[in-house]
Amino acid sequence: MRRASWFNITSLTLGFAFLYLPMVLLVFYSFNSSKLVTVWAGFSTKWYGELIRNEAFLDAAVVTLKVAVISSTLATILGTMAAYVLVRGGKFMGRTLFSGMVYAPLVMPEVITGLSLLLLFIGIGLDRGVLTIVLAHTTFSMCYVSVVVSSRLVTFDRSLEEAALDLGCSPFDAFRLVTLPIIAPAVISGWLLAFTLSLDDLVIASFTTGPSSTTLPIKIWSAVRLGVSPEINALSTIMIGVVTVGVIAASLISKHRTVKAQHDLQAAERGTS
Amino acid sequence: MSQTNFSPWDDPNGKPLIRFDNVTKKFGEFVAIDDLTLDIYEREFFALLGPSGCGKTTMMRMLAGFEDPTSGKMELAGKNIAGIPPNKRAVNMMFQSYALFPHLTVWDNIAFGLRRGGASKQQIEKRVEEMLTLTRMTKFARRKPHQISGGQRQRVALARSLAKAPKLLLLDEPLGALDKKLRQDTQFELMDIQESTGTTFVIVTHDQEEAMTVASRVAVMDEGRIIQVATPDRIYEAPNSVYVADFIGDVNIIEGTVKPAGEDLYYIDWNPNQAPLLAASERPFSDGQTAHLAIRPEKITISAEQPVEAKNTAKGSVLDIAYLGNLSTYYVQLDGGQVVKAQTANTRRLSRRSITWEDKVWISWSATAGVLLDR
Ligand SMILES: Nc1ncnc2c1ncn2[C@@H]1O[C@H](COP(=O)(O)OP(=O)(O)O)[C@@H](O)[C@H]1O
Ligand SMILES: [Mg+2]
Repeated sequence: MRRASWFNITSLTLGFAFLYLPMVLLVFYSFNSSKLVTVWAGFSTKWYGELIRNEAFLDAAVVTLKVAVISSTLATILGTMAAYVLVRGGKFMGRTLFSGMVYAPLVMPEVITGLSLLLLFIGIGLDRGVLTIVLAHTTFSMCYVSVVVSSRLVTFDRSLEEAALDLGCSPFDAFRLVTLPIIAPAVISGWLLAFTLSLDDLVIASFTTGPSSTTLPIKIWSAVRLGVSPEINALSTIMIGVVTVGVIAASLISKHRTVKAQHDLQAAERGTS
Repeated sequence: MSQTNFSPWDDPNGKPLIRFDNVTKKFGEFVAIDDLTLDIYEREFFALLGPSGCGKTTMMRMLAGFEDPTSGKMELAGKNIAGIPPNKRAVNMMFQSYALFPHLTVWDNIAFGLRRGGASKQQIEKRVEEMLTLTRMTKFARRKPHQISGGQRQRVALARSLAKAPKLLLLDEPLGALDKKLRQDTQFELMDIQESTGTTFVIVTHDQEEAMTVASRVAVMDEGRIIQVATPDRIYEAPNSVYVADFIGDVNIIEGTVKPAGEDLYYIDWNPNQAPLLAASERPFSDGQTAHLAIRPEKITISAEQPVEAKNTAKGSVLDIAYLGNLSTYYVQLDGGQVVKAQTANTRRLSRRSITWEDKVWISWSATAGVLLDR
């Protein structure tokens, strides 16, 4: 390995400081015993205790989780189906148009997506609440799932599906018994992505939310407008923790898989033939 | 082989298992299979041989149900199979890439097709064990495909496609990924399995030796058409065209003008500096027609003195000698400039052979040694 030069160390420090200093500060002050956010008055976990007793926050957390779980599941189902048809469907009329249209929400400004959904819900007379947020989140996160799953499907060996058909599977069984188990890691990361997107979405949720259904990001946003409180810091720290654990777990799982696969392959090559 | 008299294709009452009737397959404007008519009989080991891109895989895929013919009719056991999806055909395919399911164990891979058929648990278990024994994979039943070697994967693929006891098994270059030694062993294994199960095998290969080894009949293809279908020995001894003669084994082609020389005999004028050649042919040729005489190198005798008996002789000098261990191939440049290959078995030790580079030699062969071809 090359020795780290003075320049390298500086760039690394600067870069990571830029990325993580704000979060470190936030976590740091969440353990501050003072009510004043910027004055350090000793270590304490009392804000976490306050948080648990704060029903408004707990309600918001429940709503957020509910929305995230339902919308990411729906988005995963729809996104996987869309990816499958777009990759496997062969040439059909307007295929290019369709794939373009599935991916358009990726680059669409969130404000516009939110506004158009709001107009739609008003137009069809749907009361705004958990349902509308779920629908909105499904809409915008489905294309992310579709991108993740189709990039896996493109490299998927088609002859595996044909072998399943050849052995007597209906096309649906071939998908269920062969394709899905093999692309499962991509589907799961698609789900995780949709889940995280839903968890921290503020813009679209605020367009489509109703009075009885406040999500955590909305709650935090409105609380912060009245002033930053250590409670918010504690809440954010928990959210950072959840997301970090999720991301690390996901990457460990996939790393474990590849390492194990390589190991098995080497064992097979060394072994008898 | 035990089936010395197995030749249903010569039986006028024989019912073919597969029948291609003027089948054409187009991909857009490109004609992959061109008006193909072919019968394949039950219990045959039928080999499709041809260069890459000639349509072998396409034929297999039509039989398996993955492609539909653009026109023409395909029959399996007397029934038209147009429009029957792959999962409803009594046909199984062993894929070129094996296509083993990576998430299932060897055992579950083999059981996969049986589970779709509604067999009972005991029946499935019994059949899978049978297949494992047949392919000598019992020890590896609990492994995943990536935990076994290439040769073992190939055997699992075979076991999986045989498990449902299909009427017809399609093998698309099944041994392509194996090295030579393993390939030869597996060829014999395949022949054993084919005989003991009584399944009809259609095998695709671009290795002519493999086709000659395993097949009851060989079809030589080119650009979507079948050029000749015959038993391996007929294909080798009596090719119907220069293409087939050239494709199967080594051959010398001498082009010339035909002059009748009695019943089924023809002279071929091929070089003003050399005597005309004499060749027997059951196929009639007219006076002055251009023809190609195809002679296998091993049918040509090479000698230092002019042979007295031989019908065909030509003089030349040794250009090159390829020593192949059991055989030697002599490249003899004839006085007219053409190079002819002559092959002899090395029954003597190398140092005692009399002919060497640049020697003046005579080559000779009988009137029936070659095949006279019009195309
Ligand atoms: N799905 C397809 N679309 C277009 N062309 C195809 C398709 N499948 C095969 N072909 C073409 O048909 C020809 C025959 O292919 P194939 O049957 O795979 O040849 P082989 O197996 O003899 O090498 C090739 O030129 C190939 O490019
Ligand atoms: Mg092929």
